[in-house]
Amino acid sequence: MQETQYVKGKFVALEGDRVVAEVMRQINPDVVAAYPITPQTEVVQTFSEFVADGRVDTEFIAVESEHAAMSACIGASAAGARALTATCGAGLALMWEMLWCASGLRCPIAMAVVNRSLSAPLNILTDQTDMMGARDTGWIQIYAENHQEVYDNAIQAVRIAEHPDVVLPVMHGLAGFVLGHTLGRVEMLPDEVVKEFVGSYKPRYSLLDIEHPTTFGAYDHWDYFFEHKRQQWEGMNCALKVIAEVGEEYGKLTGRHYGLVEPYMLEDAEVAIVIIGSAAGAVRVAADQMRAQGVKAGMLKIRCFRPFPPSAVAGALKDKKAIAVMDRSSCFGAEGNPVFIEVCSSLFQRGIRAKVVDYTYGLGGRDTVPGEFCQVYRDLLQVVQTGVAEPVFRYLGLRDF
Amino acid sequence: MTIKLKDICNQQDRLAPGHRACTGCSETTIVRQVLQAINGPVVVATPTGCLEIITSPYPFTSWRVPWIHVAFESVASVLAGIETANRSLVKQGKIKDQDIHFVAFAGDGATYDIGLQFISGAIERGHKFLYICLNNEAYMNTGIQRSSATPQGAWTTTSPVGKVLPGKTQPRKDLTAIIAAHNIPYVAQAAPHAWRDLMTKVQKAVAADGPSFINVLSPCPRGWRYEPNETIAISRLAADSCVWPLYEVDHGSCRLNYKPSQRSPLIDWLKSQGRFGHLLRPENKPLVDELENWVANEWARLVKRCQ
Amino acid sequence: MAQKGWKEISLAGLVADPGNSVAYETGTWRAFRPVIDFDKCTHCMFCWIYCPDGTIMVEDSKVLGVDLKHCKGCGICATECPRKAIIMVEEAKAQRG
Repeated sequence: MQETQYVKGKFVALEGDRVVAEVMRQINPDVVAAYPITPQTEVVQTFSEFVADGRVDTEFIAVESEHAAMSACIGASAAGARALTATCGAGLALMWEMLWCASGLRCPIAMAVVNRSLSAPLNILTDQTDMMGARDTGWIQIYAENHQEVYDNAIQAVRIAEHPDVVLPVMHGLAGFVLGHTLGRVEMLPDEVVKEFVGSYKPRYSLLDIEHPTTFGAYDHWDYFFEHKRQQWEGMNCALKVIAEVGEEYGKLTGRHYGLVEPYMLEDAEVAIVIIGSAAGAVRVAADQMRAQGVKAGMLKIRCFRPFPPSAVAGALKDKKAIAVMDRSSCFGAEGNPVFIEVCSSLFQRGIRAKVVDYTYGLGGRDTVPGEFCQVYRDLLQVVQTGVAEPVFRYLGLRDF
Repeated sequence: MTIKLKDICNQQDRLAPGHRACTGCSETTIVRQVLQAINGPVVVATPTGCLEIITSPYPFTSWRVPWIHVAFESVASVLAGIETANRSLVKQGKIKDQDIHFVAFAGDGATYDIGLQFISGAIERGHKFLYICLNNEAYMNTGIQRSSATPQGAWTTTSPVGKVLPGKTQPRKDLTAIIAAHNIPYVAQAAPHAWRDLMTKVQKAVAADGPSFINVLSPCPRGWRYEPNETIAISRLAADSCVWPLYEVDHGSCRLNYKPSQRSPLIDWLKSQGRFGHLLRPENKPLVDELENWVANEWARLVKRCQ
Repeated sequence: MAQKGWKEISLAGLVADPGNSVAYETGTWRAFRPVIDFDKCTHCMFCWIYCPDGTIMVEDSKVLGVDLKHCKGCGICATECPRKAIIMVEEAKAQRG
């Protein structure tokens, strides 16, 4: 059997924010417009250093707000430039209107979101309230578990966004502080390998094409708006396939394969935790500990939340006796938090009547440790034993008194 | 070189007919004048507003130049992104330098109010573009609501004339001065009746090495309550009554471009438009006197500044 | 005219046919029609520079007439003409000749 030869990278220890900045340097985009906000600031300031040292060709716009950052990226993208940015929390919230403009105008912008909670009360630490709040803005959303995934996602994001069947913006999330501000081990690819993998951006239309004047952002009345929204659905539908293909191609290059979801000890598991993002690491430890105790515990990590991969999720969970969906954001007053709703809908549509509970955890940067996830597994065993899932909505790590 | 209509009138307009501006709208006259004044390629950005909706009802467009609309507030940032993309792509040799002029056409709501942060940020950073404010002194696209460009005493639907309030109670914001305080190369006020003055300013603006801004009074028959054929006459009266001085701040030096031999009485200006109709009532005489003083003082201040 | 479906229309509402609004005839809005008296007209082009709709037709720096497909009949041209060479005629009467 022929042994696959992967590209050899360089192992470095970097903070997650610096990982993002390094990828931006390797991609060498035409335009970056960004605004500093904790815990994303190091992305902007590190990239500014690259610009100041002439290590990139990028024109960097140090805008006066995140709203301006996304507005400028939209302008640059419509002008045929590859445009990148990064933000988090309140910054993403300030961009909200522009997020819809970017996706509606089909601007394939890639953006790192160093996940942070939203005020009030003011909190600068991590949870997924920011990106979950933007889940319906027409952006593709992928999330990283660790520093290596931050690196790999940042590279793949550009390819996914610019794919001719997709042409949609992509935000890739990494946990603020937990990944953004901690050192992690990352295998960085050689610059030229990244450059070749992302390729050059070839827009179909550009504002700078003076010979072919094009109107961008025409006003849609009742007679066309719906059809243009249907086109966005199509882009999202295609993205499911493209994200998997790009992940596979990246795997062939690096040995690190990416899909829409990633199971861990799941195949024969009876109880499963579904999770997104950095806390998946703690769930792995918990699953190992439970396995050591003879519990058939497993995990399903969702990498791609938009488009949501219902078949992959339902297929992976169909025979589980009890499932805990972990939500690191809150939909106040809803019948379940964002991940729970998607998982339940995926199961229900496929006739799978599993016992599913929803845990809100880790809001505002609260740590969730493996022992707590072990407790979740034990709770699930109880659900299996009693056949009772209630209460469906639970809190993990809350002083519930 | 002096602009002569005979020389330019054979050029095709870059704004095509078939747009859906109200009859007698001055905005499209101004756009035509501005784009006629610029030689060479132009890319235009427009925020949400009258001009945007009347020129781009899908699948139609009146634009014969590349054009984009994104949102109401941030056209300066969008245009900054476009201008920056051009610089980047030209610098990298990805496209050739076409000497493109980047122009924003934005209403007063999008400029004085909701977009002020964005224009301030963009011109501070020095993006080379021309920002034209089509100043019709209210939110006309949503149906005549007051903006910070609305003059004191004017009726709008959010500064209505009621039993205790006589229209807008505050004087307008001096945005041209605010923009000039950014010390950008070229800032001006203009009006469409003075087409040569306006077009000359546009040419100075696009020749400037940096951001430029022209605040153009844009009479609105619907919002100001006058007959559509009077648009240009109203524009002229604004300059003659010194309500809308035509001046420029060229690399910091302030110059009056028009000084009426005798200032038209303010009352003529107020009488010309229905939005001021209530001011003609006897009980509002003190307010008219106050407005008269305000105009005289502002004019005197500007004349002094231009000495 | 049958409207196109989502697969047939341009992505994101891009319009790659610059100035295609000429197909939309705003002349139907008109209540009054400008009529030019060419005996008086000096081709000063004030009507051309002030027209909000770009409907003054010009060739070799001479006024040829008004593009009635698009003229909305605002009357600015008539008001601003220094020679009073343009009059506004009620559209219905003008159509009757």
